[in-house]
Amino acid sequence: MSLLEIKNLTVSFDTAAGPFMAVQGIDLSIEPREVLAIVGESGSGKSVSMLAVMGLLPNTATVKADRMAFDGVDLLKLSPSERRKIVGKDISMIFQEPIASLNPCFTVGFQIEEVLRFHMGMDRAQRRARAIELLKLVGIPEPEERLSSFPHQMSGGQCQRVMIAIAIACNPKLLIADEPTTALDVTIQKQILDLLVSLQAKYGMGLIMITHNMGVVAETADRVIVQYKGRKMEEADVLSLFESPKSNYTRALLSALPENAVGDRLPTVSDMLFEPAPSAGDKAAAGAAS
Amino acid sequence: MTNEGPATVEAATVVKQQDARLQMFAEFWHYFSINKGAVIGLVVFALLILVAIFAPLLAPHSADDQFRDFFLTPPAWQEGGNAQFLLGTDAVGRDILSRLIYGSRFSLAIGFVVVTTALVSGVILGLLAGYCRGWVDTLIMRIMDIILAFPSLLLALVLVAVLGPGLVNAMIAIAFVLQPHFARLTRAAVMAEKNREYVISAKVAGASHLRLMLVTILPNCIAPLIVQATLSFSNAILEAAALGFLGMGAQPPTPEWGTMLAEAREFILRAWWVVTFPGLAILITVFAINLIGDGLRDALDPKLKRS
Amino acid sequence: MSMTVLEGKNIVRDYHIGGGLFSGPRTVHAVKGVSFTVDKGKTLAIVGESGCGKSTLARIITLIDPATAGELFIDGNKVDIARGGLTREMRRKVQIVFQNPYGSLNPRQKIGDVLGEPLLINTDKSAAERRDLAMKMLKKVGLGHEHYNRYPHMFSGGQRQRIAIARALMLNPSLLVLDEPVSALDLSVQAQVLNLLADLQDEFQLTYVFISHDLSVVRYIADDVMVMYFGEAVEYGPRDEVFSDPKHSYTKTLFAATPRADVASIKARLARKKAA
Repeated sequence: MSLLEIKNLTVSFDTAAGPFMAVQGIDLSIEPREVLAIVGESGSGKSVSMLAVMGLLPNTATVKADRMAFDGVDLLKLSPSERRKIVGKDISMIFQEPIASLNPCFTVGFQIEEVLRFHMGMDRAQRRARAIELLKLVGIPEPEERLSSFPHQMSGGQCQRVMIAIAIACNPKLLIADEPTTALDVTIQKQILDLLVSLQAKYGMGLIMITHNMGVVAETADRVIVQYKGRKMEEADVLSLFESPKSNYTRALLSALPENAVGDRLPTVSDMLFEPAPSAGDKAAAGAAS
Repeated sequence: MTNEGPATVEAATVVKQQDARLQMFAEFWHYFSINKGAVIGLVVFALLILVAIFAPLLAPHSADDQFRDFFLTPPAWQEGGNAQFLLGTDAVGRDILSRLIYGSRFSLAIGFVVVTTALVSGVILGLLAGYCRGWVDTLIMRIMDIILAFPSLLLALVLVAVLGPGLVNAMIAIAFVLQPHFARLTRAAVMAEKNREYVISAKVAGASHLRLMLVTILPNCIAPLIVQATLSFSNAILEAAALGFLGMGAQPPTPEWGTMLAEAREFILRAWWVVTFPGLAILITVFAINLIGDGLRDALDPKLKRS
Repeated sequence: MSMTVLEGKNIVRDYHIGGGLFSGPRTVHAVKGVSFTVDKGKTLAIVGESGCGKSTLARIITLIDPATAGELFIDGNKVDIARGGLTREMRRKVQIVFQNPYGSLNPRQKIGDVLGEPLLINTDKSAAERRDLAMKMLKKVGLGHEHYNRYPHMFSGGQRQRIAIARALMLNPSLLVLDEPVSALDLSVQAQVLNLLADLQDEFQLTYVFISHDLSVVRYIADDVMVMYFGEAVEYGPRDEVFSDPKHSYTKTLFAATPRADVASIKARLARKKAA
């Protein structure tokens, strides 16, 4: 059984200029112990679909789906409070800006223990022990002292490690990482990616990597979904995606990588202008919207 | 496309420009009109301006006409009321409705003059402080802090006492008291904008300090200033009324609302209408303007974040 | 013989962090004696991670901040903005393009005014001439007449970066400092902007100082590469030499950390994973 299964997901936002379709009929599933990468440029709706799963979208968003099930439980039928019990415990998420994701008013230890208290109901001593264990796990030196540090006393890379510690605190079955390394330096990026992949393997989590960086995809993913303007362009395992991309868009993206430059100039996406053929899902979405 | 004449290009760009303006206004209106209270406030305020403009046409009597036979006549719907005086008359037989209508001119004038004075001086000081920093900043801001350390009405009273009572002096005093808020706000906005990359770009392009301050930075600090100006408008009306009430603002027989209240003080228990209607006029005006300010904040502030 | 456009000798920049109420003043050495030369029509890439001093160096080269010590020559003339004012002529010669296309354009200024402003300040050209030149420049960077009267928020990130480049070129500079010009852009847009930069360099014989943290972009665009680490230039040489034979251990770490998106390394990774 799939860990997460989404059928025909549509998300639209109300704006001053009328409804804006951010995601149009996306199908997606991830198996346990799998690393799925969702790649796309800005405006491709790659983050929005995952925020919809987490129930973190603002009120102006309308989410529709034929099916949205996590571990066999239909998320669409849950009440908000039941959903909160799953989100944060069995599914957790880390974000792009590590320093902004942590509350600057509280110590790192407090923020880790807060999650443990809410979802696991541990007592004070247990929480502290677990927090130290978690910080050790994500590779923060001197975890006992670090518990009483504030986020601004730590570097961006360390803050992202703390975010990962919070995310895996309750042994989630699925971890969603939304551009986890975009704000970080290359050497730190490498460390964080290695950490994520090793934790994923160690605990057998499902991992969804949302990214725009083809290098990150190549270094982490098992399977890849390429999105463009809210539609799915291609879904393939990582090797065949890079070896023989099927959609024009993926091909264009890959050839736009500077390291793949042939000659003096880079081929650009508009050079290979394409129009995605509307799939059955799109038509259904269009029908639902009208 | 390539063989388009310059004239057609010109025409096209002019149309585009209007489109852009229109679109920006439409967007602003969308966010402003979400806030229903703000729209109501705007309608009330617009009505008030119309009343002020057309006061001689609307008022049934002149503001200063004394009807010797009708001292303290109650409002028309009360026993003993007279249809001639819709809201009753005051102690010397002047029609309250007419005085209120003429009084709106004073209140609006006070608001406009005070806010303009405070805005201009506050923006200049804040701009200098935020842009130059160093001792200029310290000097200006400490003076502002000192002004803010006084209870505002008290300081205004002292100033009026020094300058002599009267509407013009009251306005100067209120502007002086309100101006530090503008200076502080401008300074904060300038400091935030000053290190943005577009300012550095302009500097690299060779722009002078004056140009950087006035042309590059200032237009980007306007949104919070507009909100503050609206809220100060109502503040100015309130403080002018307070000064008038204390006998330090507009002098009788000026039909200024605060002064009307002061004249009616001794009749509070006998003739409720003499105090109630000027009080209501102040309340409604101030409330409407505050609602507008709230709506402006909603409409303008997220825009700052979005761009 | 090629002409040297930019030369820096032992550039140092210290920041004095003023003593607060409870702490004494401290000195931060942001740039510790960096030397470089760039010839006309060439690109020097400065690579490094955040806090390595590359943006500080960019501000010194662009004559925004003075250097604490060292000498800077532009077109063979020594420039020191700490002593003596900066002439219009010198100011015109160096222009900069910033990383963030959303912050580098004045939100209240129409594109036409953005492009016309440098001319308005520095030349005596009439409004019609300025307009003409701005229109020409718009075309050159791949935008059209219809964009002249629009405001920055009506453009995408890539288009804004084109406008920022156009503005920098309005004064015909000899040196263009590009501070992470494509880092905030999508991959496909990044390729377009890089192509545009290459085209412009060919057309105007422009000299670039290209600041970046992205090695794949640097490898594509640079002639010479300088790697900075904690304010020092740990590696400096022609591109091919640096990439094929890095000397310093930090450069090696940097190369090893860069994600690889080629089929061979994916195969290797999957094999490792299977074995584990």
